[in-house]
Amino acid sequence: MTLTMQKFTTLSSVAAPIMRVNIDTDAIIPSREMKGVTKDGLSVGMFANWRYTDVDARVENPDFILNKAQFRDAEILLSGENFGCGSSREHAVWALKEWGIRCVIAPSFGTIFHGNCVRNGILPIVLSEDNVKAFAVVAEQEVDGALFTVDLLAQTVTSPEGDAHAFEIAPADKEMLVEGLDPIGLTLKQDDAILAFREKDMAQRPWVYL
Amino acid sequence: MGRTLIQKLWDAHIVADLGDDAALLYMDRVFLHERTGSVSLKGLESAGRKVRNPEQVFCTMDHIVDTLPGRGDETTMPSGKNFITTTRDAANAAGITLFDIGDDRQGIVHVVSAEQGITLPGLTQVCPDSHTCTLGALGALAWGIGSTEGEHALATKTLAVNTPKSMRVSFNGELGFGVSAKDMILHLIGEYTAAGGVGHAIEFTGSAIRALPQENRFTVCNMAVEFAAFTGVIPPDDTTIEYVQGRPYAPTGKSWDVAVAYWQTLKADEDATYDKDISIDCGDIVPKITWGTSPGHASQIDGVVPDPSDAPDANAKTSWERALEYMDLKPGQPIEGVPIDAAFIGSCTNSRLSDLREVVKVVKGHRVAESVKAIVVPGSSQVKLAAEAEGIDKALVEAGFEWRESGCSMCFYAGGESFGEQERVISSTNRNFENRQGPKTRTHLASPTSVAASAIAGKIADVRKLG
Repeated sequence: MTLTMQKFTTLSSVAAPIMRVNIDTDAIIPSREMKGVTKDGLSVGMFANWRYTDVDARVENPDFILNKAQFRDAEILLSGENFGCGSSREHAVWALKEWGIRCVIAPSFGTIFHGNCVRNGILPIVLSEDNVKAFAVVAEQEVDGALFTVDLLAQTVTSPEGDAHAFEIAPADKEMLVEGLDPIGLTLKQDDAILAFREKDMAQRPWVYL
Repeated sequence: MGRTLIQKLWDAHIVADLGDDAALLYMDRVFLHERTGSVSLKGLESAGRKVRNPEQVFCTMDHIVDTLPGRGDETTMPSGKNFITTTRDAANAAGITLFDIGDDRQGIVHVVSAEQGITLPGLTQVCPDSHTCTLGALGALAWGIGSTEGEHALATKTLAVNTPKSMRVSFNGELGFGVSAKDMILHLIGEYTAAGGVGHAIEFTGSAIRALPQENRFTVCNMAVEFAAFTGVIPPDDTTIEYVQGRPYAPTGKSWDVAVAYWQTLKADEDATYDKDISIDCGDIVPKITWGTSPGHASQIDGVVPDPSDAPDANAKTSWERALEYMDLKPGQPIEGVPIDAAFIGSCTNSRLSDLREVVKVVKGHRVAESVKAIVVPGSSQVKLAAEAEGIDKALVEAGFEWRESGCSMCFYAGGESFGEQERVISSTNRNFENRQGPKTRTHLASPTSVAASAIAGKIADVRKLG
């Protein structure tokens, strides 16, 4: 039972660029890789159709970025717009997290995926396409594993060359990540408000209540 | 300043203002299925938490359960049985209503929820499934969430949500012969890309939306998520109210009158403004088909495969090149006439009785081409029973289609049934992603009638030309 999440304040890591647009959650974790009613054991199936040349035998594709030595331990992903679109499967986030990804930087995200990230201690950062592309160029060149630095408190991300960009994040999302809070516990602190809403609403919209 | 419909639905459910454009919203209904709902229920259980107001929570078996005749808990998907039994046990323990295998209310979650009158205009509803936006067609604020948010909604009856931006999409004019709701939404995504709605909640309006029967409105809202939108809604009108009346969980008597009076207020104020406004003339829409691996890769059926060198930007160019390689198509090649191996009619997008009736009209007097594996999967057990009462099953089987039990079936590949490698499928579903319907399977999205016409021709066909 985990009632608190891993907190996120700062992170220094290699960044792995997967610069396609519209990378969907089916690609991040194919449905066939979701074998159990559990949040664990999913990282082996992460990006399975791209990462392996033979999925069943788990034969690695040497060309896939996360199979390359300098990106294997990357905790940051760089990607194109609409990253994590498609299916709501939170397994995509659980797989990334188990693999060790803590931050994804893209021009935009699938809405449900974005919400799933912040509830699992992964920071989704929205930067302009130009900025992400510039980061990707730097990341590709840094064969010796130079580090990008993310500072969530200051809301900045800095490339190994010192190129820094500020990013926006919804205050509630930031708080959840920084504090590592259990959102259910947080909401239940407002139980009086929930019960009061229900009582008032039952009088106003009685037809809603089965 | 006037309010949009989304704002009205939002305001009616605010439990607490969380500041910074976020609110704690009351969730009138939660629906679960055995694929992701099982994880929510298990997570809740292991945290020692209970489902609050279980009488407003429902669950169905649709994603993993087989659609082959004679099905039970055993599945063609390895380990599928575990999802089914875990869900059943957890649902029973939580005291929520389950539409189990063998129950005549079972079916695809978003089909069943509307059909049973569980979703009503003006409600909020969530489900750990991205196509929950389908139900926005009833004038409900309904959207897909992850399993952790599912736990939150179950335990607290609320969700903390950041306010989406607003968008209005007006479909005006009239649909031409052979053009359907599916073509409308594929047209929108094709014109404005699969990321076109990102961060927005959409109100679908205009004369062509108002003219759509209720079942076809679900098809439009279903693919709002393929447009990257938070959700899509259609203002409830007489068509909506007629659809809802008399359904098992719909209000009755005096309660019905109170509800209808409220529903009639559910429309945007005249002076409401939107962050983004799109207007489409339906006279410009022809039957659509996707040629690539994103729902935005949509073209007209009488068009040609686009040339990546004509792409609007570098991202699109790369994406188009990769898609054409995966789909084994060449720039400039006519889309009509591309040979197919399989045809699939089903999914929360297009599997309702009216879809099947339209399909039967197309196939009447024809047979599915020898080389094509053609499958029809009704969206719910109720749809199946109603279709069988009309002889739709017989007509389809005689024409060479397989007739299945209801469920999500081969809309996606979970390790069980699939179309084979490099097989080309025309499908009435919503996602043409790489490997979606099977490893290396090539999916073309289209309307159910386009799928039927193509199944008969053995190649991608223009339904307007079928005599």
